[in-house]
Amino acid sequence: MSKPVLEVNGLQTHFFTDRGEIPAVDDVSFHIQQGEVLGVVGESGCGKSVTSLSIMGLVPDPPGKIVGGEILYRSEGKETNEENLVELSKKRMRQIRGNRISMIFQEPMTSLDPLFKIGFQITEGLRNHSNISKKEAHRKAVEMLTLVGIPRPEEVVNEYPHQLSGGMRQRVMIAIAMSSDPEVLIADEPTTALDVTIQAQILELMQNLNKEKGTAILLITHDLGVVAEVCQRVVVMYAGKVVEQGSVRTILKNPKHPYTQGLIKSLPKLSERDTRLYSIPGNVPKPGSIKNGCRFAARCPAVFDRCLVENPELLQLEDEHLCRCFLYDNKEGGGKNGETALTGSQRP
Amino acid sequence: METVKPTNKTPIPGPEEQEPQTSMPAPASPWKEAFRELKKNKLAIVGMFIISFFILIAIFAPFLTSYAPSTLNAGPRLTSPNLNNWFGTDDLGRDIFTRIVYGARISLLVGFFAVTGALIFGSMLGIIAGYYGRWVDMLISRFFDIMLAFPSILLAIAIVAILGPSLQNALIAIAIINIPIFGRLVRSKVISIREEEYILAAKAQGMKSGRILIHHVLPNSTAPIIVQATLGFGTAILEAAALGFLGLGAQPPTPEWGAMLSDARQYIQSAPWTVLFPGISIMLVVLGFNMIGDGLRDALDPKMKN
Repeated sequence: MSKPVLEVNGLQTHFFTDRGEIPAVDDVSFHIQQGEVLGVVGESGCGKSVTSLSIMGLVPDPPGKIVGGEILYRSEGKETNEENLVELSKKRMRQIRGNRISMIFQEPMTSLDPLFKIGFQITEGLRNHSNISKKEAHRKAVEMLTLVGIPRPEEVVNEYPHQLSGGMRQRVMIAIAMSSDPEVLIADEPTTALDVTIQAQILELMQNLNKEKGTAILLITHDLGVVAEVCQRVVVMYAGKVVEQGSVRTILKNPKHPYTQGLIKSLPKLSERDTRLYSIPGNVPKPGSIKNGCRFAARCPAVFDRCLVENPELLQLEDEHLCRCFLYDNKEGGGKNGETALTGSQRP
Repeated sequence: METVKPTNKTPIPGPEEQEPQTSMPAPASPWKEAFRELKKNKLAIVGMFIISFFILIAIFAPFLTSYAPSTLNAGPRLTSPNLNNWFGTDDLGRDIFTRIVYGARISLLVGFFAVTGALIFGSMLGIIAGYYGRWVDMLISRFFDIMLAFPSILLAIAIVAILGPSLQNALIAIAIINIPIFGRLVRSKVISIREEEYILAAKAQGMKSGRILIHHVLPNSTAPIIVQATLGFGTAILEAAALGFLGLGAQPPTPEWGAMLSDARQYIQSAPWTVLFPGISIMLVVLGFNMIGDGLRDALDPKMKN
């Protein structure tokens, strides 16, 4: 297998606030292969968005700062060129951002500048990265709008954002992100603000772009349904840490971490319409509030003594299947018991 | 462009009105749309008429009257309005109508330059404070606070007292006291727009912050600045008149409305037209600008749009 196009190793992004240092992203590692769709799942506040902003170098500073780890970006060319995005100069970072690595955001309604025409906004980044004529820019804008499946693109280039619906605007955002033909597209909850039918269309569009253009996609979401639909591999995050990672099939069919199990269990099922929907008890801990032990311990159905004192490491269960839980740590006591306890009644 | 024009004769709504995506009229820039909105506002139209009227008489002043504004004894002293002196004459026999007409030039110019000066310096300080934040913001904002802590006319008097009384110095003083008003407005607007998602999206496209500031932050902050500038016009004219009244603005024999009021105040009972006409002029101009300003505020407010 070729080397991944983007590799995040031990990323630590901390926020320095009046209440002290808050580790929003704590030792997160994952990688994206070329042309792959990787899902990052987790509750609000688990550090998904901060991770994506860290990759883009857009963490608001102050108060945020990347304090550790590396983000390796391998650009394809005659020879592979490896760059650590954390250490790049501002100038080089601007060349990569929006050009090689693009990003789309959650809120299509507010992600477009209300004062400028769609065509102008699509090509603004392009004109910024390379010198192209007005005519060429217009042609490119129409081409991009056609690519993302916008009807009557010739007219839409001359329209303003308020004349478009949410789904159309998200398509425009994707057109903007794709206009430079990036190698990686980071999509931060791209469908959360849209209604379900439009969601499906946008996801399909992203899948098509992934297949046709070979763009790797980092899809950040809290929706396991979306992950099942489009992703090949998935990273589950909880309170700033990766708790489980593996192929979509493994994670959805055979989740190991109690948190992942809870997430899957809390999905509504058509067959059980009358039963109350399962929810993981408790709330996401405040970032930085847990110093010792597993961060999920307070809400974990399979918690035991060791979880409260030690910090679990990410364990390799199979190839490509990683899990941060003492239940699977066979070297010491507790593991085996825990696992059997869990496979009994609590397993979804 | 293939926008289907609704046929006016049939009362039945055309099919295009049921589909929201195609019922849009021809693409209009937000500015054009705001102007369309403004035209619906009757008060703003009245305001525009008043101001256009004053601008016209200011431009064509020499054609409207046969006297020069400072000609003494254009008629008998303190005559009541008559056919030769439409608004009567003042205590030096000068034609009040002529002085009002020429005074319009002074008032409008004072308003224009004072607002422009305050706008340029205020916006610059506001942008710097809002965009760079931290200690720069702290410093500039405290400077604004200190200036706003003084009653504005008192501050203007102090500035004129330092610079010496003249129309030009009054103008400078008015510009200075208006700086914090624009500065604070721009600062708060820049701070809120800086956090907008489209700014983050622009950053994610790899744009330089300077470019983002000029191409995205500034254009999006203009609406309230325009409103404030229009309202500021009225205030500036009023302040100039007040300084003129106090003898700190235009010096005699300049036909400045405030100064005219001041000169005539001893004759308020014996010759009320000497105060009436300059007073009405000031009132009308300020009212006109305020009406336009209010209309603009409604037209530019996105919340007012349906």
